[in-house]
This record gives sequence, C-alpha cells and structure tokens, in this order.
Amino acid sequence: MLEKMDIERLDAEAVNSQKQRQVLYAPRKKIFPKRASGGFRQFKWLVMAITLGIYYLVPWLRWDRGGYAPDQAVLIDIANRRFYFFFIEIWPQEFFYVAGLLVMAGLGLFLLTSTVGRAWCGYTCPQTVWVDLFLVVERAIEGDRNARIKLDKEPYSLRKLALRTAKHAIWLLIALATGGAWIFYFADAPTLLKDVFTGQAAFVAYSTIAFLTATTYVFGGLMREQVCTYMCPWPRIQAAMLDEASLTVTYNDWRGEPRSRHAKKSAAQGAVVGDCVDCNACVAVCPMGIDIRDGQQLECITCALCIDACNGVMDKLGRERGLISYTTLNDYNANMALATSGGTQPIDPTRVRTVDGKLATTLRHISLASFLRPRTLLYAALWSLVGVGLVYALVTRERLDVNVLHDRNPQFVMLSDGSVRNGYTLKILNMIAKPRVMALRIEGLPQGSVAIAGIEAQSDGTFLVPVEPDRLRSLKVFITQPRHAADGPSQTFRFVIEDTQGPEVKTYTATFQTPGGST
Amino acid sequence: MHDPHKDPHLDELSGVSTTGHEWDGIKELNNPLPRWWVLTFYACIVWALGYTVFYPAWPLLTSATTGVLGYSSRADVRSELAAAEVGRSGYVAAIKAADMQQILADETLRTVATAAGSAAFKVNCIQCHGSGAQGSKGFPNLNDDDWLWGGTPQQILTTITHGVRAPEDADTHVSEMPAFGDILKPDEIASVATFVADLSKGVGFPAQTTAGAQIFAQNCASCHGERAEGNQEMGAPNLADTLSLLADGEEAVAAQIRAPRHGVMPAWGGRLGDVTVKELAAYVYSLGGGK
Repeated sequence: MLEKMDIERLDAEAVNSQKQRQVLYAPRKKIFPKRASGGFRQFKWLVMAITLGIYYLVPWLRWDRGGYAPDQAVLIDIANRRFYFFFIEIWPQEFFYVAGLLVMAGLGLFLLTSTVGRAWCGYTCPQTVWVDLFLVVERAIEGDRNARIKLDKEPYSLRKLALRTAKHAIWLLIALATGGAWIFYFADAPTLLKDVFTGQAAFVAYSTIAFLTATTYVFGGLMREQVCTYMCPWPRIQAAMLDEASLTVTYNDWRGEPRSRHAKKSAAQGAVVGDCVDCNACVAVCPMGIDIRDGQQLECITCALCIDACNGVMDKLGRERGLISYTTLNDYNANMALATSGGTQPIDPTRVRTVDGKLATTLRHISLASFLRPRTLLYAALWSLVGVGLVYALVTRERLDVNVLHDRNPQFVMLSDGSVRNGYTLKILNMIAKPRVMALRIEGLPQGSVAIAGIEAQSDGTFLVPVEPDRLRSLKVFITQPRHAADGPSQTFRFVIEDTQGPEVKTYTATFQTPGGST
Repeated sequence: MHDPHKDPHLDELSGVSTTGHEWDGIKELNNPLPRWWVLTFYACIVWALGYTVFYPAWPLLTSATTGVLGYSSRADVRSELAAAEVGRSGYVAAIKAADMQQILADETLRTVATAAGSAAFKVNCIQCHGSGAQGSKGFPNLNDDDWLWGGTPQQILTTITHGVRAPEDADTHVSEMPAFGDILKPDEIASVATFVADLSKGVGFPAQTTAGAQIFAQNCASCHGERAEGNQEMGAPNLADTLSLLADGEEAVAAQIRAPRHGVMPAWGGRLGDVTVKELAAYVYSLGGGK
C-alpha cells in the first residue's frame, strides 16, 4: 500500500517558519491558501452561510408593533433614540441591557476560548468569514494555489489584467453589499433601499457605505491575515485565556516525527519513521500561512483547515487520522511521554502504534473532562447569571416612568395671600407603542392644590394626562399650599401617576420647599 | 527591501543593515519606516497642498487666500441661521397673526412661544428680573401673583411692549407717587408707615380706625385703594398683601413715603419686535403667576 501512495509534496513554506526566522521589518510574504476539503471545511461553509445570512437578511425581517412604532424586527433608531429587537423595545436609559449583553459576549468569549481555543477567530469572526468569502472568489477566478502563484509571478498580460480586474471588481461588489447592508439596521430597510438608489438617502448613509466598503475590501481582500496578526488584540489575549486543558489545533509530533519525505526507503533502512511525510499540505491550506508543526503560535486562528488537509493525506496513506488534531496540552504531554518513554528517549512513534499503523489504546483523546473544569464552569455560571439577571430585569421592567425636576430658581414663590407655591417639571414616559391616558394626583401634602398648564382637574382632583405612544410628555406643574400649612419646614409628598387602562402605577417622592427651609 | 545576505552594510548582531555612516565606530541601523506609513505621509502632504488651494489657507498681509471653493465658516453660520429662520418662519407667522389668548390656547404655539420667550428672557430681562424671574428689591418677581400693571396675558404684553416710565415710548405706563415728606408731618408719616407695614402681615385690612388708617384714607387711598388693594390702572401696588416690592418694615415704608422711588423698565416692543414680545409675554405668563 505504501508503495502506491502518491502524495503530492507541496512547495510551501510558512511565512514565519522556525527554520528561517526573518527580521521584523521583512515585507509581507504573499499567501495563496489551497482549497481544503473535509469535515471542518464543511462546518466552516455552514457557519459562513449562517453568519452571512444573519447579517444580510435580519434588517428585512418585519415585526408588527401595532402601527405606532416601526415594523422592522431589528432597528437601531438613532434619530428617535429607540432600539427595537423583535418584541423588545429599549429606551436610552435602558442601555444597560446592551452593556449586559456585551458583558455576556465577553464572558462567552472567555468560556469559548478556555474550552475550545480560538473558535471565535477560526469560524465566526467577521474577518475570517469575509476573508473566506473573498478567497472563494479568488479561487473561482484565478484558480487554486498553484495557478494563483503562477499568475502572480507572470508579467502583466491581457489575461492577467482581466482576471485581476474581475477579482477586484467582485470583491468591491461584495464589499459594497457589506457596507450597504449595515445601514439597513439604522432605518426602515425597504424605504432606505429605494432612497439609496434614487440618491435621496442621507449623506451619513452614503458615507457609511463608502467607509465600510473600503474597510471590507482592504481588510478582507488586501490585508487578510495581517489584520489578525498585527491589528487584532485577541491573539495576544488568548495567551491568558488558554490553559493546558484548552483544545487547540495541535500537530501531534509524538506520532509524526521524525518526519520523512522518503518514508518507505528510510523504513527499509531501519530508521525510525513518523507518520508525517512532510507533504506540506497543512502549510499550503493555511489562510495564515503558518506551519502548525512549529507548535501553537499567535498567528494560528484555529480554523482547523490543516486538520482537514492532513486527514486527507492520512486517509490516502491508510494511516489513522489525527496527526494534526484538536488536542489539549495535557493530552499532548501524556501522549508525548508515551512516545518518548517519559522524555528519556527521542520520539519513537512505534511506542504508540503498531507496525500496521494502529494507534495504542493507552493514548489519550478528547474527553468531557476538558470541557468540565472549574474554570469553564465558573465562566458558564457567570455567563448564565448575567443572562438570567438580564431576562429578569427585562420581564419585570416598567413601561411607565416618571421624572420630576423641582424648580430651583426660584425654589419657591410667595404669593400675595401668603401661600407658598412650588413649580415642578414632570416628565411622564409612556414606554409602550400605544397611546395611554395617565391619571396624576398628589398624596401627602396637606391642603396642597395642583395646577397644570393646559389641563383641567377632574372633580376628584386628579388630572387626566394623555401621553402619545412611545413618547415622553413634559408637564409644568404648580403646587400651592396655603399660608399656615406651609409655615413649617420643607415637606415631602408623592406624585402618583396611574395608567387608567392598565395596572401600572408609579409614585415619585418629591419635596415641597417652604420659606422655613429644610430644618 | 534589502537582501541581508548581499548587503555590505549588514550589522551582524541585529541582522539589520546600517546606513553606512560611521562615527567613532558607532554605526546607525537603517530601519526604514514601513512603506504604508511613508505612502500615507506623502499622501497627507499632497492632501495638505490640495487643501490650501481649495480652502482658505495662506495668510496674506491683511487677509488670507480664500480658496477656489470659496468656503467660509461665517457663510456656513449665516446659512445655518437662515435655515433655522426658515424652519421657524411658520411659527413666527402664526405667533405674529395670533393674539395672546390664541397663542396660549394652542398647545403647540404656547410651547414654541414659551421656549422662544425663555431664550429671549435670558438675553434681555434677567439683568433686572433675575435668571429665574424671581426679581429683587425694586425689580418685580414675575413668578408671583402680585402685579403692578396687571397680570393678564394682554396686560403683560402691554407692559413689555411699552415699558414702565420709559421716556422713549409715548404709550408707556406712567405714574408717580408724590413725595409725602413735603406734605405730611414726620409723626404722621410714622403712623401711616406703621399702619402700612402691619398690612403686610397678611391679616387683612383692619376694621378699627387708627390714626394711621385715617391718614391712609386721606392721602393714600385715592391711588392705593380704600382697602389698600392697589390700582393696576396707575401701577399703584397692593399694600394689603404679604408681598412688597420695595420696602419691608416700618422704616423702609416711611422712607418710601417721604421720598418715593420709582422703577423704570424700557419699552421692548420697538427693540425686539412684536413677535418676540409676545413670546416673552407667553413665557412670563407660563411662570405661573398670571391671571
């Protein structure tokens, strides 16, 4: 079987190869990632379809809010300072929900990274997804790795010019669609789409499209892996997040080394031969252009394409998969100890596999224990705690609010009959998308009488205040207390605002200032 | 980029080429700036040069170059002000056409006029009446319900428009209290001052007749009213309420009787225009003391 093997040896060298460390100021080496195929590649296609689908389609989802609020399911209405998310409507003062979501996103990232390494980077980060998309275009037009390398070395010809133009044109179109989709989150999407194409949209819409088109094109098409390596802080932070029980993409040199390009010949000569045939398939597919066999490194986004590439080669060789695999450092060390007799000998893969390539049962593999650790459980608990807290706050939040500003200049006014008047600005917030009528009265101020500009009192002394849907209504309220009732020090009393059609009641404790002051 | 293997100036230790210059055996490493940085820098220079052509830039002796686009920030401000003026024009026309009753009855007009009046008040009125319109000695508090010249919206408007004792306005409010120092004897002034000061205690006009009450009835009631309730026709203050504009206590009242002081307010109609004074009247009325 080994005789028949036909593994193409790829002329690929890692951009940061350990063998030839380069100076820091060296220019970028171009990377031409080869197409990979396998389980992880399939999974990445799926993730790409889902994430891009969410990004492009969500603004077009409709959600009926009864005619008083926009019918877009997800809308950040900056002009009116409202955020709509399906059945949730958030006012600016409730922005802590967004802060809470960001805390959850942070904790979620910690949990994910400490458990499965940089899965965010490898699968869902927009940079990764869009670079993947741009690479699809590049491969479709210029061909796979070798064709692209060849084309890149060629002098400019009509054909090369045509291919390059086509590629960049499609990239720009994708970038334009990316920047274009963003703005639909901030205004009614169908209206805005029409306005954009008829030149009626606001300048900020066009400038946002232009800016995001430029960043998408530059980051996804031109800079690619440099964004991750040089611009993104996360590769640096991951060192603090990963530990010996985190899954990382690992080259299992305890079965791969000593690597040999002429395994059969070497074996016949009696030399120790590892599973790695040094075909460089793992290097060729790497979108970061690194050699995973040099070990875990900050450039690695753990996209696992090298696993797919290597598994393909192992299949062809008839050896067990997993020469490159998701492995924890603990498992790796244990397996390495097996292959080196506890570190006393050089690596000898025969210690961990039989002659026909069957791996020993003593080897350690991914286990549930690597997921359930105090650290991951703590992250999961914190994440859930914030989540439960947010849901609780959301379910119990009030949709009627009132703010009272006491006039400070002057704090009180003496009237000609000796009575004392205080002025208040009352702000009633109707935070649902339905018009409501609020009943307003005061409690706890002896002989206090209320006057509101523009609204007459009912016979029982309450005021009926209509408030428009999703709006704040500001009222100027004057409260007067007769001469002798106001002789003493300042008093506290309560504004009571009641929804006439619903159960919501809001009270606000305010102060009535008197000439006697707050003694 | 240099090829480190062929570079004659390669520094062995750092693997970086040097500039080739040497000072006492010290060589300078040649770490060039990244190309993108240099290109950005050059682009900025080109941009800056272009900017000076299109926008005002180069200082001359008395002015500066205007730039081919003719941009000026003052023109920007002017056009923004003009745009704001156009935006307000509908309300301004409506306020101009309406009388005070109509302005106050319409919620939108009232809100707009009150807000505009508040702004105009802060520019023109707070110097005397205070930022909260709370007044001070000699300058009426506009929050309370005690009015010298009347507290209906129309009366407030008239007072703002024509002022009080304003020499520049023929229709201004005019009245003058005689100096009783020349008319009454000092002990008469003292007794009527006691009487008036007692009125401010808020117990109402006394029923029993005292010397002070008699002097009041003979000398003061013609303007201030039989029961000291004041007369807004001639700006005579109500002396029977608990509020006083100028004088608290017997001594101060006596001083005012001997040699009265009179407040003066400019006529604002000619200065601000009839729309702004209406807005001011709406604002003053909104302070809560209006009738």
